[in-house]
Amino acid sequence: MDRLFSTLSVLFITVIVGYLTIDAKGHWDFVLAFRGAKLSALLTIAVAVAVSTVVFQTITANRILTPSIMGFDALYLFLQTALVFFLGGFGFASLNPFAKFGVETALMLVAALALFGVVLRNAKDLARMVLTGLILGVLLRSLTSLLNRMIDPNEFSVVQQASFARFSAIEAELTWISAAIVVACFLWLMARHRMLDVMALGRDTALSLGVSQDREVRRLLVVVALLVSVSTALVGPVIFFGLLVSALTYRIAGTWRHGVLLPVSALVSAITLVGAQTLFERVLGLQTSVSVVIEALGGVVFLILILRRRAR
Amino acid sequence: MTRPAFVFPVLVTLILVSLVTGVASLGEDGWWLVFVSRLPRTLAALLAGAGLAVAGVIMQMLARNPFVEPATAGTGQAAGLGLVAVTLLAPGAAIWLKMSAATTAALIGTAGFVALVRRLPTGDPLLVPLTGIVYGGILGAATTFLAYERDLLQYIDIWMSGEFSGVMLGRYEILWIGGALTVLAYLYADRFTIAGFGEETTRSLGLGYGQVVALGLVIVSVITAVTVVTVGMIPFVGLVVPNLVARMRGENLRETLPYVAVSGGVLVLACDIIGRVIRYPFEVPVGTVLGVLGAALFLWILHRGPRRG
Repeated sequence: MDRLFSTLSVLFITVIVGYLTIDAKGHWDFVLAFRGAKLSALLTIAVAVAVSTVVFQTITANRILTPSIMGFDALYLFLQTALVFFLGGFGFASLNPFAKFGVETALMLVAALALFGVVLRNAKDLARMVLTGLILGVLLRSLTSLLNRMIDPNEFSVVQQASFARFSAIEAELTWISAAIVVACFLWLMARHRMLDVMALGRDTALSLGVSQDREVRRLLVVVALLVSVSTALVGPVIFFGLLVSALTYRIAGTWRHGVLLPVSALVSAITLVGAQTLFERVLGLQTSVSVVIEALGGVVFLILILRRRAR
Repeated sequence: MTRPAFVFPVLVTLILVSLVTGVASLGEDGWWLVFVSRLPRTLAALLAGAGLAVAGVIMQMLARNPFVEPATAGTGQAAGLGLVAVTLLAPGAAIWLKMSAATTAALIGTAGFVALVRRLPTGDPLLVPLTGIVYGGILGAATTFLAYERDLLQYIDIWMSGEFSGVMLGRYEILWIGGALTVLAYLYADRFTIAGFGEETTRSLGLGYGQVVALGLVIVSVITAVTVVTVGMIPFVGLVVPNLVARMRGENLRETLPYVAVSGGVLVLACDIIGRVIRYPFEVPVGTVLGVLGAALFLWILHRGPRRG
C-alpha cells in the first residue's frame, strides 16, 4: 500500500512539475502564477469528479454508473439556463457570485434528490436505468438548448459565458470557492470511509450492521450533487471521465477500502487530467479540448466494462 | 387511436399549415415564395421524416431490437465523420463526393455496430441501445477532435444539428434519393420482416440472410447520409415512430411500412412547424424540438416496456 502511494505521488509530482515548466517562456513568476491558477482549477475538477464517482458507485452498488452518465451534469446546466431564463440576463448577472452558486447548488440538490431518488429506487434493472440516465441527459441538454433559443438574443451571451468554460480557460474567481468546497467534501468523506465500506457490502448487510442506509444515502447524494455542481460550473459537462478514473482506481488499488480508494482515485484523476493536458497542449501542440480525448477513452472503457461483464 | 388512419388527414392539415407559416407574408409574390421556399421546406421535412422512420424500422429488424435507430447506432455520427474527413482532404469537393464519403462512412460505421452487437449476448435487450449510444459518442468525439484541430467546429455544429431553415428549391433534392429508397424498402418489406425472426429462420425459409442484411444496411446508411448532408442529424424519429406504430399495428412491415413512413413525415413536419412558431420570428431547429419531444417519448416507451401488437 505504501509503495502504491509513493509511486502515485512521484507520478503526481512529475506531472505537476511538467505542467508548470514545459515550454515555459518569459518570466518565471508570471508563468508560475498564471499556470498555477489553471493547475489548481484542474486539480479541483479532477478530485471532484473522481471522488463523486467512487461514492456514487458505492451508493448504487455498481461500477458502470456515474453521476454524469445519470445526467447530473446536464441537470446542472439546465438549472443554470432556467435561472437566466426566468430572472433575465440582468437579474442573473447582478446576482452575487456566491449567492448565485448557492442558489444553483440548492436547486441542484433538490432536483437531484427528487429525480434520482426515484430513478435509483428501481435499481434492479441496470441496463434500463443507465439508458434512462443517458436519455434523461439528452432530454435535459435539448431543453437547455431550447431555452437558450428562447432567451432574448441579447441575453444569450450571459448564458454562454455562464454555462461553460473548457479545461484550458477557467474562471479564477470561481476556482477558489470551488477548491474550498471540494476539500471540505473530501475531508468529510474521508472521515466516513468506514461507513462507506459498510455500505459497499450492500443494502441488506449494511442495514443489519446498524447503518441507517436511507439517511446515509441521502446525505451522500447531497455531497455528490455538490461535487458535480462544482466541477460542472468550472468546466461544463463530461460524461465518461469519472468512469475512466474509477475503473483505473479499482484496478490499481486492489482493495475495497474507501480509506484507500478515495485518495487513490483523487491522485489517479489528477495525474490523468493534468498529464493529458500537458501532453496535448505542450508536447503535441494540439489545441483539442482535452475533455474530448478523455471522453472518447472513457467511452471505450465503458464498452469494455459492458462486454466483459456479460462474458462472465 | 386504434386505427392510425387518422394520420392522413393530419398530414394534409400540416402541409397546409406549413405552407402558410413563416416570417414573410404571402402577398403579391405569394406563389413564388411558396414554390421556392415553403414547398421545398415542407417536402424536405416529409422526406427526411419518412426516410428516417423507415431506416429506423429496418435497423430494428436487423438488430432484432426495438430500441435502435440510425442516431443511436453510430450511423449518423459515422456519416458526420465521413463528412469532416472529406472536408479536410478536399475542401472544395462537389456535393456528390461529400455524399459518397458520408454514405461510405455510414456503411462502415453501421457494419461496425452490427458486429459489436453480435458480441453482446442476447439476454438483455437494453444493452444494445446502450452500446450504440456510447459507440456513437466515441465516433462523435473523433469528429469533434478532427474539427477542433482544423477550426471546423462551427461548420460541424451547423451540419450536425437538424435544421430546415436553409432549405430552398435546389438545396434539398438529394433527399428524393431517400424517398426512392423508402419505396425500395417497401418492395422488400416481407424479407425484412422475415430477417427480423433471425438468421436461422430466414435461412430455413430459403432466403439469403446475408443479402437481406446487406441490402438493409445500404438502405439505412444511404438514407441517413442523405439526411445528414442536406439537413443535419434529426434524433429519435427512427426510434419513436416505429415503436408507436408497432404498438398499434403489429410488426408486419408490408402492412405497417406506409404508416411508419407517413407518421415519420408528420412528426418531423409538426416539429418543424413548432420550431417556426414557438419563438416567432426566430426559429428553433427541428433537431432541438425533437430532442425534447423524442427523448420524452423514448423515456415513456422505455418505461412502459416493449409491449407489442
